[in-house]
Amino acid sequence: MRTSVRIAAGVLVALALAVLLVPAIVQLDQQLVDLRSANQAPSFAHPFGTDEVGRDVLLRVVYGLRVSLLIGLVAALVSVTVGTVAGLTAGALGGAADRVIMRVVDGFNSVPHLLFGIFIVALFSPSATAVVASVGLTHWTTAARIVRSEVLTLRARPFVDAAISGGSGRLRVVRRHLLPHLLPHIALASVLMVPHAIWHETALSFLGLGLPPHLASLGNMINDGARSLLAGNWWASLFPGLFILLPTLAVSVLVQHWRDRANPRRRSELQL
Amino acid sequence: MTRALARMALWRLVFAVPLVFAVTLGMFALAKASPFDPVRQYLGDRAVVTSPEVVARIRENWGLDRPVAEQYLTWLGNLLRGDLGDSRSMHRPVAEVIGERIGWTLLAVGCALVLMLVVSLAVGALAAWRRDSWLDRLISGTAYANEAAPVFWVALIVIWVFAVQLRWLPPGGLTDPAATTLEAGDVLRHLILPVTVLAFSQSSWLLLFVRESLIATLREDFVLGARARGLRERTVIGRHALRSALLPFITLLGARIPELVTGAILVESVFSWPGVASASVQAALAADFPLLAALTLLATLAVVVGNLLADGAYVIADPRVRVLGVS
Repeated sequence: MRTSVRIAAGVLVALALAVLLVPAIVQLDQQLVDLRSANQAPSFAHPFGTDEVGRDVLLRVVYGLRVSLLIGLVAALVSVTVGTVAGLTAGALGGAADRVIMRVVDGFNSVPHLLFGIFIVALFSPSATAVVASVGLTHWTTAARIVRSEVLTLRARPFVDAAISGGSGRLRVVRRHLLPHLLPHIALASVLMVPHAIWHETALSFLGLGLPPHLASLGNMINDGARSLLAGNWWASLFPGLFILLPTLAVSVLVQHWRDRANPRRRSELQL
Repeated sequence: MTRALARMALWRLVFAVPLVFAVTLGMFALAKASPFDPVRQYLGDRAVVTSPEVVARIRENWGLDRPVAEQYLTWLGNLLRGDLGDSRSMHRPVAEVIGERIGWTLLAVGCALVLMLVVSLAVGALAAWRRDSWLDRLISGTAYANEAAPVFWVALIVIWVFAVQLRWLPPGGLTDPAATTLEAGDVLRHLILPVTVLAFSQSSWLLLFVRESLIATLREDFVLGARARGLRERTVIGRHALRSALLPFITLLGARIPELVTGAILVESVFSWPGVASASVQAALAADFPLLAALTLLATLAVVVGNLLADGAYVIADPRVRVLGVS
């Protein structure tokens, strides 16, 4: 195993542990404001410094990662589920249904995702549900494309013919013969979707269109930090961003490694 | 060639027109499903003291009491005639707002595109040429990290370094706050940071693409042939390998317009650049449907045109497509 893969796995495990354990050990009173210790640079007591109202950035980053991760997971789940259903329907039914679904996919893809997300959130007041809906509605197309193309190749395989000759109906073929083969692809699509969904959530929150501002989310924290940036307080926005960058990078390294393993021909090409 | 181009363009348009209509329909349906009441929002605090008759009259004036289908057709008809409506948050016609701002967006995005192309071509070729060296590792590593870094965060770091610490460049805006007139030098100074950040954020996919594509091409026989004929390394890479490695990239570039729009929205917002992309955020914050819808439509058109241009460029660049037709 390459060192980068080990580091990536380590980072993900450490972040997962932090997100799961820290809230159980250290309680965060989100509204706890201590103006005497506002805008302190990173020190031993506050490794990531404090924000403009004196809250510890490290603790808030962990809580923010928890919120962003949760929203990212739910949004990824929603979009992959919708995408799988759409892709399966298009691939398994074929014909007019396929054409209609793929044109809908084209339609959704022709509106830039962030703008579409902004549009939805703007019209349905900023909230976690609106953010999840906006990410889910804009990103199912990727999963739909992947699933559809896999279904098309699977359909040509002899075991599908055999199942149909054996008297299986369409639903049974989909459930017993197609879905098990699709699962790895769906799983990979979901894994890749999570960092993207997190990115989307943080971008919306950063623009002031995401989660309610009092909630510690990574996007909200960067947005808050940006206000005191001109006064020289770099830590309040640097660290939250780092915690978006790290998991995203770790996931992409792991996925790259997995792809290289699955396709040995690429192994020599993509050494990082 | 012109015939192939015309046929391709026509074919694309046949698909594009219903697509744009579908997008307008989708936007309108979303707006109708939204809990926001435009009249209440227009009135703001006055909504409490305004009599129901006045509210009803406003609704009538705006056609909100008509059937939904009729409202949609009226709105669509107005759009087709070029009447984009009035921006409720900026209290001016939408067309005026867009006309005033689109130039600044095109300026910033255009400069960023040129910068991105030049830099990622050069750096990507360098990484491929020095494959597996520490330089290559540094370049590809930075590109992968950049791919994962949110652009608004990168923009903030850049502001902190170059505007707050070094004080070389202004942190945002179009001109100096004290300036009363628009001066080229002043605008240029404000342009540097947003353009660099936008170009940097968009560059990593292209850079990695150039690198990978060039590495594959460098192994081909015609490159070996060029080297065997004793051509200089620069000629081999620049004129032989790079040229053939770049073909797929033309279509990729057209398909990247959505990402470019996303980048422009975030970068313009961070740097308070007065373009159309940051206007979409302001419109969203104020739930200003006419402006937001017009800007979304504008972005959709940009995506459609980008795809069209990409296909067109491909027809021109690849003689095989030209001769055998578009598949």
